[in-house]
Amino acid sequence: MAKFDENARPFSEKWLDERLGVVTLKKVLSTEYWIPKDINFLWAMGMVLAATFGLLLISGIFLLMYYKPDAALAFDSVNYTIMTEVGYGWLWRHIHGVGASIVFLIIYIHMFTGIYYGSYKKGREMIWISGMLLFVTFSAEAFSGYMLPWGQMSYWAGMVITNLFSGGSLEAYGLVEWIRGDYVPGDAFLTRFFMLHVLLLPLVIIGLIVLHFGTLRLPHVNNQKGEEIDFEEAAELYKAGKKKESKVIPFNPVFLSKDIFVMGVYFILFFYLVFYHFGFAMDPVNFDPADGLKTPPHIYPEWYFLWSYEILRPFNKDLGLIAFGIAQVALFFLPFIDRSPNVAPAHKRGLFNIWFWVLLVDMIVLTILGKLPPEGIYNDLGLVSAIVFLLLGPALFVITKMEKKI
Amino acid sequence: MKEQGRRDFMGMALGGFTALGGLGALYAMKRSWDPLPSVKAAGFTTIDLSAAQENVLNIEKWRGKPIFVLKKSADMKADDRDVVVGSDRFHVTIGLCTHLGCIPAYLPGEKIFRCACHGGEFDASGHEIFGPPPSPLEIPPFKLEGTTIVLGEEGPEFKKMKDAGLIA
Amino acid sequence: MKELKVLAVVVFFSLLVYWGVEPFAHGQMHKHVDGDKFAYSDLPEITKEGDAANGGNLVMGAGACLGCHSIESQGMPAPMDAGTAAASYGVNPPDLSNIGALYDEKFLAALIKNPAHALNVEHKFDPAAGKMHPMVAFYGAGGDIDQEVADMVAYFKSIAPKELSAKEAFDNACGRCHAMRYDKYTQLGDTPEFKYEKDALAYQIKVLEYQDHLKAYMGKLPPDLSIIIRARSAHFLETFVENPQTQLPGTSMPRVGLSKEGYEKVEAYLTEIGDPSKPKREALGPWVLGFFVIFSILAFLWKKYQWRDLH
Repeated sequence: MAKFDENARPFSEKWLDERLGVVTLKKVLSTEYWIPKDINFLWAMGMVLAATFGLLLISGIFLLMYYKPDAALAFDSVNYTIMTEVGYGWLWRHIHGVGASIVFLIIYIHMFTGIYYGSYKKGREMIWISGMLLFVTFSAEAFSGYMLPWGQMSYWAGMVITNLFSGGSLEAYGLVEWIRGDYVPGDAFLTRFFMLHVLLLPLVIIGLIVLHFGTLRLPHVNNQKGEEIDFEEAAELYKAGKKKESKVIPFNPVFLSKDIFVMGVYFILFFYLVFYHFGFAMDPVNFDPADGLKTPPHIYPEWYFLWSYEILRPFNKDLGLIAFGIAQVALFFLPFIDRSPNVAPAHKRGLFNIWFWVLLVDMIVLTILGKLPPEGIYNDLGLVSAIVFLLLGPALFVITKMEKKI
Repeated sequence: MKEQGRRDFMGMALGGFTALGGLGALYAMKRSWDPLPSVKAAGFTTIDLSAAQENVLNIEKWRGKPIFVLKKSADMKADDRDVVVGSDRFHVTIGLCTHLGCIPAYLPGEKIFRCACHGGEFDASGHEIFGPPPSPLEIPPFKLEGTTIVLGEEGPEFKKMKDAGLIA
Repeated sequence: MKELKVLAVVVFFSLLVYWGVEPFAHGQMHKHVDGDKFAYSDLPEITKEGDAANGGNLVMGAGACLGCHSIESQGMPAPMDAGTAAASYGVNPPDLSNIGALYDEKFLAALIKNPAHALNVEHKFDPAAGKMHPMVAFYGAGGDIDQEVADMVAYFKSIAPKELSAKEAFDNACGRCHAMRYDKYTQLGDTPEFKYEKDALAYQIKVLEYQDHLKAYMGKLPPDLSIIIRARSAHFLETFVENPQTQLPGTSMPRVGLSKEGYEKVEAYLTEIGDPSKPKREALGPWVLGFFVIFSILAFLWKKYQWRDLH
């Protein structure tokens, strides 16, 4: 049996340490969790994401208090009860709506940072994979949440996306009806997506966040040069007071102090959007109640799904679905497609640098085209950019195979 | 060694047995997601065709889906997919674009349907003539009773179309 | 500084995406309608000086307005209740007490002479095809018709109240076709409180009957406008109300004929009901932004302190 100091004051550090190991825990997770010193503000995006998730969680809790998951009541419970009657209900809704949109901007920045600096390689594969799992789960969370106000865009997005599961020429309408619990999106559909949005998916997200943090602990965070650091040696230097010479800093409080400053600047932008510029995240069309007999003149997903939606569009039904499927999973395999021996920022990696910027620009072009009406030149451009996207995978394999060790 | 193997066998037996229970639970969960019997039984829609006007699209509702009923005028091409009542020909289809399920709008001037979502077009008989739709507008199961049509029931006319592969 | 360069790249690409999916894409999706700033330049100017007293005589007499319309403020009640009126005309004819304060005078004059033309619904009402607009045109009382019309418009302006509330403006201009359920308002006006469910249901049946007549008249039930202010842009609403045909060709909604001031009142009511948090947002916004500015300054100073001997 373990030894307990009988004289330790209850809840003192010693008392807690003997029972919970708090001293070790604090060291491992905070004061002696070493982060490279050579980083820029992009390294704060993880904490910015965690903070945004926190905002979504808190605002969501208060929205949940008055929301009614019922096809007849949902629209007015959001737009009347929450927006006009509940004290600060409008604030929670605006935070939730803007947060759900902006969180994807930060996710994309976070992902492209990882790709640029090669932070998915050599021991960091699980960081990338768990991050991609988070991206997919966040996408499902965003989509299910988008159903809940039961406006025109909710209804028609639900119709179009669930129809994808018919599998093109497979005509698996039984599966589509099973997912909806009805022939068309209705009450059963709304309540099950409500369940997904407020319980199942948030649980999965929280689990995945813990996993994602866990995957960072052993390989450590990457740095601006992709340099391999001997963390133990560097930590000894730091602890010996040679802070200038050491290449690392502790997570708490040094790394955190920078994170919190970046977060502060981010919150200025965030709340500017919440109060003054929310139209991009709360589509006006969704303020028209759902009507299954009237399609809105333009149907488009939220901006963060546009690039993959555009990959679906320019092809015929079956090819489109296959291309769409490939696009959804392709990024998961990034650590294994990239055969280069180097962990370095893209600008030091020759052809890879070009590949990176082509990927970024192509995804932005796809995103913009995804919202444009599918006519004339936009169709042709869409086809070209979709094909470019699909070719980028094999291209990466070839490019990185040829890449020489730096 | 023998002990070890035996323990492993018991462990695997326990695991397998648990998985069996898990499968049963999964089946129950799958069933919970199924459409309710009341939803599935959602009745049959009866439409009176005698009151229809030529070249005016009538939108009815069946199982939550819009149903296009269009009485063809003399100058519109006859088609094997038409529902024939006496000397009148009707276009009766599910009013959802076969691409991704939006409701196409009818343009009486051009006598075509155009889908606002992705620009697909269908002619007055429901055949796809432009854009991404992979197949004609779908014909719902129907049964003719004099000048009324009952949706949801397969009558002889519908079966004939089905056998000829004309439904969608 | 390198970090600022990285920031510039991130900001550039974020703004590029924003520009592409918002201003650019929406510009491509919706055709731009310039609007006429409620000038109604297609309608002829009133050239005659109106005589309100004579106008009053015409309105009560030869103009025969009171056969269908009420002028409550002058003690002249409606000849029939809203439901019966809707059964006869498709929609309840408006009370004329306030119209001088709400509508453009050119529009009123044109309306009296040729309703279907002024209302821009000639595609629906074509006398040649036997489809008459329910409002009968004024063919003159024997004198100069332009003078008589100018007199009637002058009369309506003379009896119009100086101050009109936003809700009164909505009630006259929109409320006979559009409900406003977030203000417990239907085409029959404010829904009264009923003690017994039976009475509430009886009232509801009256509303439904009115809506059925309206549906037959308009083709479909005109939408509830509770949060239309958030569902459409300010520019869309303004140009649509001014001339519905420019935004929705073929719509059965008539031109409303509101003057600029009249429209501003209607818009104020739509905002009050549809976006009541607007003043609260505008009041709270600066405080929250100010908080995070100070927060960021403090955080920056703390970061500097923590990183003081690292480089």
